[in-house]
Order: sequence, then structure tokens, then C-alpha cells
Amino acid sequence: MSTTATTSVLLAGVGGQGTILAADLLAKTAIAEGFDTKLSEIHGMAQRGGAVTTAVRFGETVNAMVIDEACADCLLAFETTEALRNLHFLKPGGMIFVNDVAIKPLPVATGKAAMPRRARERLQDAQATLVDADELARQAGSPKTANVVLLGALSTSLPFSEDTWHEQIKLKVPPKTIDANLQAFALGRECALGTR
Amino acid sequence: MALLSGNEAIAQGAWEAGAHIGVGYPGTPSTETMETFAQKDGVYAEWCPNEKVALEVAVGASAAGARVLATMKHVGVNVAADPLFTVAYTGVNGGIVMLAADDPGMHSSQNEQDSRYYAQAAHALMLEPSDSAEARAFAKEAFELSERFDMPVMLRSTVRISHAKGSVEVAERAEVAPKPYEKDPSKWVMMPAYAKLRRASLDERVAAAAAWCEDSELNRVEMRDTSMGVICSGAAYQYVCEALPDASVFKLGVVWPLPKRALQQFREQVDALYCIDEASTYLSDSVRALGVQLDATPAALPAQGELSPASIRAAFGLDVPAAAAPEEVPARPPALCAGCPHRLVFKELARAKCIVCGDIGCYTLGALPPLSAMDTCVCMGASVSMAHGFELAGRFGEPARVAAVIGDSTFAHSGITSLLNTVYNVGPGLVCILDNRTTGMTGHEGNPVNGITLQQRTSRELDLEALVKALGVDDCAVVNPNDMRAVRSAIKDALANSEALSVIIFKSPCVLLRNSFVPGAPYFVNGNCTGCGSCISLGCPAISKEDDGRAVIDTAACAGCGQCGQYCPVEAIEQLEGSAR
Repeated sequence: MSTTATTSVLLAGVGGQGTILAADLLAKTAIAEGFDTKLSEIHGMAQRGGAVTTAVRFGETVNAMVIDEACADCLLAFETTEALRNLHFLKPGGMIFVNDVAIKPLPVATGKAAMPRRARERLQDAQATLVDADELARQAGSPKTANVVLLGALSTSLPFSEDTWHEQIKLKVPPKTIDANLQAFALGRECALGTR
Repeated sequence: MALLSGNEAIAQGAWEAGAHIGVGYPGTPSTETMETFAQKDGVYAEWCPNEKVALEVAVGASAAGARVLATMKHVGVNVAADPLFTVAYTGVNGGIVMLAADDPGMHSSQNEQDSRYYAQAAHALMLEPSDSAEARAFAKEAFELSERFDMPVMLRSTVRISHAKGSVEVAERAEVAPKPYEKDPSKWVMMPAYAKLRRASLDERVAAAAAWCEDSELNRVEMRDTSMGVICSGAAYQYVCEALPDASVFKLGVVWPLPKRALQQFREQVDALYCIDEASTYLSDSVRALGVQLDATPAALPAQGELSPASIRAAFGLDVPAAAAPEEVPARPPALCAGCPHRLVFKELARAKCIVCGDIGCYTLGALPPLSAMDTCVCMGASVSMAHGFELAGRFGEPARVAAVIGDSTFAHSGITSLLNTVYNVGPGLVCILDNRTTGMTGHEGNPVNGITLQQRTSRELDLEALVKALGVDDCAVVNPNDMRAVRSAIKDALANSEALSVIIFKSPCVLLRNSFVPGAPYFVNGNCTGCGSCISLGCPAISKEDDGRAVIDTAACAGCGQCGQYCPVEAIEQLEGSAR
């Protein structure tokens, strides 16, 4: 019943950004590597542009499908405000990868609230790796591969072989987009390794 | 080995058990169960207008000998409760398994009721899996149990079971021949003379199920340190394993009836015994009622919302990881989509200063700022009946302008009888049916209004206008909700006659319907903008306010609906030339 070996990854973003697809790919890669794996997501009212989180946990035996505060080994954020919102879920010394994009929530768009100040600096203070996933996705050949760019960055902190990732990407994405997705994954990896 | 959600696993288990038929009404977190089941080979599946109808279809199919899966969310069980309580009396022929998907934490629901009380109250055997592998296994076993004990079997999940994924070993389907139907009024005609006999039979069947559950492998004792024992079920079991790794655990897979003797034995084997309940006190109350004494946790468990390993550790006074204070960031509530055809209806109802009785669906988001155009939302169909109630109360006090707002699927679910009541009792008022051609919030399922069926069989669209007129509403109009002037004048006309009952059908497809919504070229804000905020007040996620107060449209997010341009007093919003995004 030891849970010390369980790794917890929290994915956070804005409804519609593809966090669930990325979480699915991560979970399938963990299973392919032989880990017991659980994934927990919330959809329904939480979508429609609202803040969303998905938890992926893997290890020898995984019980809980949720991640408590200060218990995530990795935070993969698809947007800077959502990274800040979920920062307190990270363990001390945990890894943070953030898509370097800010999406205004409706209260900000309507002038009732303000975007967080110095968001990038606060994230950098927390040792986050900022990834320009949208730009790297365009370089990879498809703007829709930003979530795979982020997985590429995340992969540098996880104990899975690149081959397993590649296999799972090929199984998951539409055949025509395999090359772009593999390129996106490679660019995400390079970005994370280069900035460390 | 497959990575399946609890919902997918339940569908898999039902299919493996040879279930022939699936029925349900969409509702988070249950929806994917029936969607998955419908994709399986050799089954028939349908969405019904509501959960009561679904369960009644299930009872009929069961009487005729088929194995049936019925799925719904927890509040759907309220709607299905009428047949549920009596089918416990009749029992089954082919097995009936009924999924009740609960939502502790209310991620997508109006309450966090615990469906286990229904099993107890209706006398229906209830199983509660704690992960996807058990969801498959329990669903499969449930059909056997239903036929063995001649009772419907409820399967209870929660959002962390239904929407959590885990590894599942799957197997092939066992083809099960439907049982022959034998006419037996004493079993199937629940008039008092026969119902009294079935009431006695029910007690015998429940006693047999209670005896079986004492030794059932669906319940499991994990003996570790005997100084502390914990009784739990479902997702809470997983949290207990992490929070209290040394504790002895009585994991309940059967949550009604409870294994009295086995629990009493467990009580004697441990020094202290605790019960971990999530969002209700069902388990601890029920265990105490068996005469099993429970100890109180040093600190209270959360009474509301979801549990987690940390909340359980905290209740036992154990250390939890110290977390930094959450960062201050703006809230990000969900919002009506860019181009949503519901938006202007709310804008104009607010402008007309109506009390708006709302209903269940995406459009409940019309309650949030900046539209803030909804006064009430209680349950499916309540908009129409509550608006009638508001109008009645106004006769004794201050008369008010009241409008009901209800979606197409919700109207078919429960709104028709409400409207019939208002007509029958000659109540005036305004009912707005937001017909966006789909069941939007739960993931765009078919419904009787759009005529799309779950397994793509050819059906027909409901003629809403003809139905409304047939119910006795003379004043019924169909209006394009993206046309501000049309919306405004339709609402104005309807409210002008305070004696009449008016229905306006606002018909336009949901922007997420790829096959029927045609996006237009995006709009942009030109130099005329004075920063008056008229367009901002629509709450469209594609429009935002710049630091200087002027509006800007995100052309990548704009659906090209043109709603905003109709509100601009200075012609500052123009459509880009060319094609849609």
C-alpha cells in the first residue's frame, strides 16, 4: 500500500484548450511503461471556457485519483493565470511547465477584474519553465499541437522513454498529423532541456 | 488492458453481461455510460425524454425478458423514483441495472444528494464500485444479482468514479437469451390486492439479499493494524488507503443492504472503528442503525463536498503537506460561448426588467454577470411552473413581469406538463423556449426536438410550435434569437398583453454543432469605438475591454454571429471581409 513511489501530474488550463486529450496521452504512455495509472477529470459545467484541471497519477499501485494541495510532482499549465491558480498544489521542488500565453477570463474581459500582475515573473520565481507552445506548434506545422509541445516539455521530467511517447502519439493523433505532433513533441523537449 | 473511465467500464460490464437494451437521459456525470453502451455490438440503446420514461421502458423490457441498463445522474433518480419504488415490488424478469451517478462537490449539478438513500428507501440492492475495474466487474455482476434476487439493482458511482480513468481487464460478451414472458398479474399488476402480496415478497427477497451480502466477495476486509478500523466505500476507499495506510479497512461494495453480522464482527476485531462518509451521513447512520458502535474522528470530516486523502488525514489529526496560500488570481467562471444563440434573449429579458425563472442547461449561465438575467433555477422543467407560481403570488401582492426560460431538451423532459398546467389554469405569462437544436451542456446528445437518436436510427423532429399550440397556447411565435430587433419586439409584444400566455420559440443551432452551425466571418472593432461598454455587457468571451476602455474582438474566437454589432450605438463593429475563421 506504499504510495511513496506515486508520481502526480496536475494539468491545468481553460476549457477547450485540450487538457483532457493531453492527460489521456500522458496516462496511456504511463500504462505502456508498465505503471498503474489513474486519471481524473471534470467536465460539464466546468467547461464552457471555465478553469479546468485534470489529474494523472502513476506508480506501482495508485489509489487516489485526485491530487491534494502541495502534493503534485509536476504542474503542466496551458495558460499563465491557470498556472498561478494551481501553484499551491505543487510539492516543494516540483516541476512547472507553463504555456507562455495569457487568456483573459470573462470578469477581466468585462473590466470587473484585472489580470494577475507580474504573472511571468511570479512563475519564474517559482522555477517554472515557460514554453512558447503556440509558436513552437506553428513551427511544428500545426497550431493544434500546442498541447503536445507541452507534453514534450513535461516528458523531460518523467521516467518514460521517448520511444514509448512516440508510439502513443502515433496511436492517439489523426494519421495526417503524426509528423507535426512528433515534431511538436521534439520541440517541446528541446525547449525544456535548453532552458534548464 | 484498457484505460477506461468508470462510465465506459460500466457500459463494458453491462455489455459483457449480455445486456440487450440501454435507456437513459443524459446528465453529468452519467452521460458517457449510455453513449459507450450504444456503440457496442448487438445492443439496442435509446435516449428517452426523461429518466422516468427511461426506467419505465426498462421495466417493460425486463418484464418481457431482456436484460436492461438504465443510466441517469443523481437528480434524474428523483424523476425516476416513481417507477423505482414499485419495480422493487414487482421485481424483474430480465435483469435491471440502474446507474445513479452522484456529484459530490456539485461540479455540474444543483445539489449533492446521495443516491444510496434511494436504494435504502426503495429496497433496491445497491453496489458501489471504487475504480474502473470494479465498475466493470460490478456492472456485470449486477445483472446476475438482479435476476437472482428478483429486484432492480442500482449501481452508484460518483464523479470521481464515472470520470476517472484506470486500467481494466475486459472480456468477451456472454450472449444471454431473453427469458420468456409469462403473464402473471400478481407480479406485474400493482393494484392493492397484488401489491400487498408483493410487499411481503419484497421483504423475503430483501432478506435473501441481506443474507447473501454477509459473505459477498463484493465486500472486502483488509486487516492491517487492529488498533484502527475504517468502514468506507467508493472513491473514499481509495482516499483511505492513502491517508491511513496502516488502518484495517472494511470496504463495502454492497452499500444496501449492509452486511450486519460481518460489520459487527469487524467491530470486535478493531479497537476503534470509524466510518468515512462523503457529502452525507448515509454510511455512518446506517452502520449505527445496525447496532455497530462507531467512534468519532478527532476532528470532523468535511460535511459538504468531496473528500480527499488530506481531508481524511486532517480529521484524524495527522500531518498534511503544508501548502502555500493560493495566489490571488481573477476567477474564471464558465460562460456562454461566443456566438451562443441564448445570449440576446437574456440581454433583452433583463432590459424588459422581467423576473426570469430559469432552468437546467448551458443557459443557466445567463444567471452570471454581466448578463445577470436569471432569478431562479431549481430543477428540470421548474422554470415554467415557477413562473406560474410567481404570477399567482402577484395576484395577492405586487404583480410582476415574469418570464420562464427553458431549453429544448429540458422542455421535452419536464416542461410540457408544466406548460399544460399554466394553460389549464388559465395563467398568463411568457415562456421562452431556447431551441438550440441539441442537449448542449451534457455533450450534444439527440433529443425528441431535434429528432436525432442515439444509434442514428431515422426519427422525426418534434414540431414544437404545433405542440405548444395543441397544448392550448394561441400566441406562439418562432423567432431568430440572433436578431436583436426581432427578440426585443417579440418580448415586448408578449409582455404587453398581461392577460395572455405567450410562448416564444427562439430557434438557432448551438455554435458547437459542427453540422448545423455556420460561422460567419469574424467582426472587428473600428476607430469609432467610444468605449461605451454596450458590447461588453453581452458577456461574449470574444469581446474584451482594453485598458483605455475601448472594446476589442478576438477574431480567432469570434463566431461571426453579429450580435454585438446590433448593440453598438456608433457603428464601431464591422464584419471582416472574406470567410469564417
